[in-house]
Amino acid sequence: MSKVKVAVLGSGNIGTDLMKKLDRSEFLELTAVIGIDPQSDGLRRARELGYAGVDTGIDGFLADPELKADIVFDATSAKAHLYNAKVLKEAGIKVIDMTPAAVGPLVCAAVNIEDHLEKDNINLITCGGQATIPMVHAVNRVAQVEYAEIVATIASKSAGPGTRANIDEFTETTARAIEKVGGAKQGKAIIILNPAEPPIIMRDTVYTLVEEGKMDEEAIRQSISEMEKVVQSYVPGYRVRTEPIFDGNKVTIFLEVEGAGDYLPVYAGNLDIMTSAGVKIAEAFAKKLLSKETV
Amino acid sequence: MTNARDILITEVALRDGSHAINHQYTVEQVLKITKALNDANVPFIEVSHGDGLAGSSLQYGLSRTNEMELIEAAVSVTDKSKIAVLLLPGIGTLHELKEAANLGAKMARIATHVTEADVAPQHIAYAKELGMETVGFLMMNHMAPVDKLVEQAKLMESYGADTVYVVDSAGYLLPGQVRERIRALKQSVGINVGFHGHNNLSLAMANTLVAIEEGATRIDGSVRCLGAGAGNTQTEVLVAVLERLGIQTGVDLYKMMDLAENIVAPILQVPQEITKDSLTLGYAGVYSSFALHAKRAAEKFGVDSRDILIELGKRKVVGGQEDMIVEVAAEIAKSNNKVVLG
Repeated sequence: MSKVKVAVLGSGNIGTDLMKKLDRSEFLELTAVIGIDPQSDGLRRARELGYAGVDTGIDGFLADPELKADIVFDATSAKAHLYNAKVLKEAGIKVIDMTPAAVGPLVCAAVNIEDHLEKDNINLITCGGQATIPMVHAVNRVAQVEYAEIVATIASKSAGPGTRANIDEFTETTARAIEKVGGAKQGKAIIILNPAEPPIIMRDTVYTLVEEGKMDEEAIRQSISEMEKVVQSYVPGYRVRTEPIFDGNKVTIFLEVEGAGDYLPVYAGNLDIMTSAGVKIAEAFAKKLLSKETV
Repeated sequence: MTNARDILITEVALRDGSHAINHQYTVEQVLKITKALNDANVPFIEVSHGDGLAGSSLQYGLSRTNEMELIEAAVSVTDKSKIAVLLLPGIGTLHELKEAANLGAKMARIATHVTEADVAPQHIAYAKELGMETVGFLMMNHMAPVDKLVEQAKLMESYGADTVYVVDSAGYLLPGQVRERIRALKQSVGINVGFHGHNNLSLAMANTLVAIEEGATRIDGSVRCLGAGAGNTQTEVLVAVLERLGIQTGVDLYKMMDLAENIVAPILQVPQEITKDSLTLGYAGVYSSFALHAKRAAEKFGVDSRDILIELGKRKVVGGQEDMIVEVAAEIAKSNNKVVLG
C-alpha cells in the first residue's frame, strides 16, 4: 500500500519522539526532519535512521525539489509557527500544529478529527487538553456539562523551556478547548509542575458539573469507560486511575498518562500524548488522501 | 506615624486567611478589615483568593465573592497601605494581573514552587510594566536544598523581582534552617529578602525573628493567625515583639490588637489554633491549605486525616495538588477495608 509522505519540522524532543512513532505507521512515510541547527542531535539521529536531515529550516525544505511531504508536523514554537503556517499553506501542504499558536481549529484526537479533515492547518491544543478533553466530552455526551475544570500535574523534567515560557497560553488554550471541543459551557485549566524524583507520571484530574437533574451515573460511568478505550487505542498508557467520584451534580475523574518511552522517558506522558495524537490525526488525513487517490 | 520602618510587614489574612474560611470573604468584611489595617498603618495588604488570582475553582474552593470586587473594595478604603495580589503561574495569568493592577493593586507577588522559578519571568516583567512592585515568592521552601534555593532566588532577581521570599508554606522549617536560608540569600542576591511563615509547629514567631536577625526586611503576618493551617506569624503579636526589640514596623499596636479582637475574631467560626491537622502539616511538610480539604476527605471516606497528610508528605506533593487529597483518602479507605476483610 502506498503511504502519505510527511515531514517533521523541529528537531527537539517532540520531533525526535515523532520520528520514532512515524517509523511504525502503516499510513505515513517520514521523509525529512527539518531543523535550523546543523549541530542538532535530532538531525543527526534522523540522518542515521535514513531520513533527510534538513538544517536550513522550512525554506530550505521547500526549496529542495527532491524533498516532498503532504503533511508537516510543526513542533517548533508558537512564534515560528506563524511563518511556517503561511509558507506551508502557499505550498499546499497540510500542517499539524503542535505549538500553542492555535492558527487553525483546535483538535482533540479522540473527539473531533472528523470535523476537520478538510482543513489545511489544525492545532493540537495542549498536552493537558489532549488528556482531559476526551473525558469532558464523555460526560457531556451523556449530560450537558455546565462547567469543566482540569488540573494537569506534570513532572518538572518533562516541562521544557517552551512550556514554561508559555504557561499562560497553556491555561488559556486548554480552557478554550474544554469549551469548544469538550462541549462544556465554561472551562478552566490549571497546570502544576512537580519536581519529585523519580519524576512523576503525568496526572490529570477532570471536574465536571452537569446540568441540574441530568445526572445519570451509570451512563456517565459507561461513557467514561468507552472513552478510555478510544484514547488507549493510540496512547496505550492512558488510564482512568480510580472509579469516578459522583457528588451531587459533580463528577470527578482521575487520569494518568504513562508515555510509551519511545524517545522521551515513560513519565513524560504529557509529551507522548501530544506526539501520539499528532500521528493519529495525520493518519486520519492520510486515509482520506489515500482514499481520494484510489477513487 | 512617620517613623522610618526597619521592617515592612505584609498582612496576608485577606489572602492566606481565605483558605481558613473556605474563601468566603464578603465585600463588607474586606472593607472593614482593610480600613482598620490602613488606619493601623500596615504597609502592604494582600487580597486574593487563597491560591492567588483566578484560584477560585473546584480544585481549591470557589470564592463566595469575585476577588476583583474584593481588591476594588480594599483599594477604595486605603490611602496609606498598598494592596498586594498573589499570582501562581499555572493558575492565574497576565490577564488577571492586569485587571488587578487596573483596580489599583500596587504589588504583585509571583509564587512558584521553590524549584520552578522559571515559570515566573513573564509575570514579573509584566507586573513591572504595569508599574507594580514585584516579589518572587518561593513556596514550599523546605523541599529544596539551600544551594537550589539560592539558584532559584537569583533567577527571580534576574527576572526583575524587587524582593525574594523564603516561603515556609508547610510551616516545616526549624529556626536553624530559616537562619541558613536567609543568610545564604543575603549573601547571594542584591534585592530585599522576605520571610513568610506558618505556625503549624508553633515556630512562626521564632522563625521570623531569626529571619530578621539574618537580614530579612519583608515579613508576612496574619492578624489573629488568620492564614492556612495554624495561620502565619500573628501580626499584632509580631508588632509588639518587634517594638520590644527596638525594631520599627511603623504599625500601631493598639489598633492592630483592636482589629484582631473586634473585627477578625468574630469572623472565625473556630479560633485559629494548632489542631492535630495543622500540627501534622508542619510535621510532615505538607502545604498548609491542604488542612481543611484533608479534614473533609477524612470525613467522607472514614479515615484519619493525619494518615492522609502523612501520605501526601511521603509522595512529595507540592502546593496546588489538592486533587491528590481525595485520591489518597480513597486509597487509604480501600486498603483499610482490605485489612478488615482480610
